[in-house]
Amino acid sequence: MLAVRSCATLAEAAGLLSGDRQAVLLGGGTLVMRDVNEGRLTEGTLLRVTDPAFRRIEAGGARIEIGAGVTMGQILASRELAFLHAPARAIGGPAVRNMASVGGNLFAPAPYGDFTVALLALDAQVVVQAGFGSGRATPLEELLASRDRASPGLVTAIQFSRPANPGDFHFRKISRVKPKGLSLLSIAAHLPLAGGRVSQARVAYGAMAPTPIRARGVERTLEGKALDAAAIAAAQQAALEGCRPATDAIASEWYRREVLPVHLGRLLAGQPR
Amino acid sequence: MAKIPVQFRLNGTDRAAFVDAPETLLNTLRRSLGDFAPKYGCGQGACGVCTVLIDGEPHLSCLTLSIACEGRKVETASGMADGPELHPLQAQFMEHFAAQCGFCTPGMLTAARALLDNNPNPTRDEVIEAISGNICRCTGYEPIVAAILAAAGSPGLRRA
Repeated sequence: MLAVRSCATLAEAAGLLSGDRQAVLLGGGTLVMRDVNEGRLTEGTLLRVTDPAFRRIEAGGARIEIGAGVTMGQILASRELAFLHAPARAIGGPAVRNMASVGGNLFAPAPYGDFTVALLALDAQVVVQAGFGSGRATPLEELLASRDRASPGLVTAIQFSRPANPGDFHFRKISRVKPKGLSLLSIAAHLPLAGGRVSQARVAYGAMAPTPIRARGVERTLEGKALDAAAIAAAQQAALEGCRPATDAIASEWYRREVLPVHLGRLLAGQPR
Repeated sequence: MAKIPVQFRLNGTDRAAFVDAPETLLNTLRRSLGDFAPKYGCGQGACGVCTVLIDGEPHLSCLTLSIACEGRKVETASGMADGPELHPLQAQFMEHFAAQCGFCTPGMLTAARALLDNNPNPTRDEVIEAISGNICRCTGYEPIVAAILAAAGSPGLRRA
């Protein structure tokens, strides 16, 4: 029998999640309720969080914190988060965007999870609360590396620094169906320039591995370079480092590997897709 | 398992039902409240035929818990007409032959209404974006887009 428990505080939800192996956090419902409808989830407890902190956005300053329950629709309604509108709009249609949460997106299996790709390129940290203690910040990359092996606890919020120049942040989702389609792949890049050269490059991919991943090879190649044709060509050469794309209904592994360098080159050159 | 009481405002009328804890809003609407406009399609959030408005925003009722709607405002395609007078979207769907089998139509109407309530004069691209979560297997979408554009700016559009 499937039960539902509404939690008025994050601490209550974190405690229940830690103490009950059959407890499942219900975010916006776009992932968990599918399993309920298809009979894959019939036992245990669905945890709803009604704590307003879960859906709070603090985006007024240089450090941004987004509650894990914030929806893509809330991101799109925030002018302060305009640089994140492209990845938020890449998630589903309008109804899905009013439901899908930022925290839920962290756990979406490939080829879903495009918003997480953007957060990865922003060097985001997730605040994880295990048990009734206080939350601790963990690099998003660390959470993604272990998310399929162990329950991390309750992700209560996502934190990252606002890009000094929003124009340095780039995102594109490649899909066959427009405007809404599953990802063939997605790319996010934060490429701040210092004296005309890339400094602290962050590049991330979606649907090129079981979870969103950082493109370390590309980052190394771009670091300290001007974004000219030679640097872009070198980045394309390094584009596939660490990639383990799947073959699914959207594309084959071969195809994803073939087109990733092309789309990466276009993104870095500022060309239309 | 004991049933849980839930109350919300459905198409302008206060309604109540006793639901199972994990029951979806779609099931409550269809089985308990007799509103058959939202349909069960994929159950995955991919087809949009169960789209309803919750507090004015489109949501997928097949992925929404009924108990999460306590005290909220739910609107379906059933509540769009004003007595015998069709909502302009409904009238234009008929005018443009935008429904064939009709299965997607309530969800399309609801998604389109959410758009026109907030943006009475959308562009064609904005219309396409608004219905991008709704699948139609009969019409090829063009009559639907034409109907929504024709209804846009109509003096009969109203916000509930």
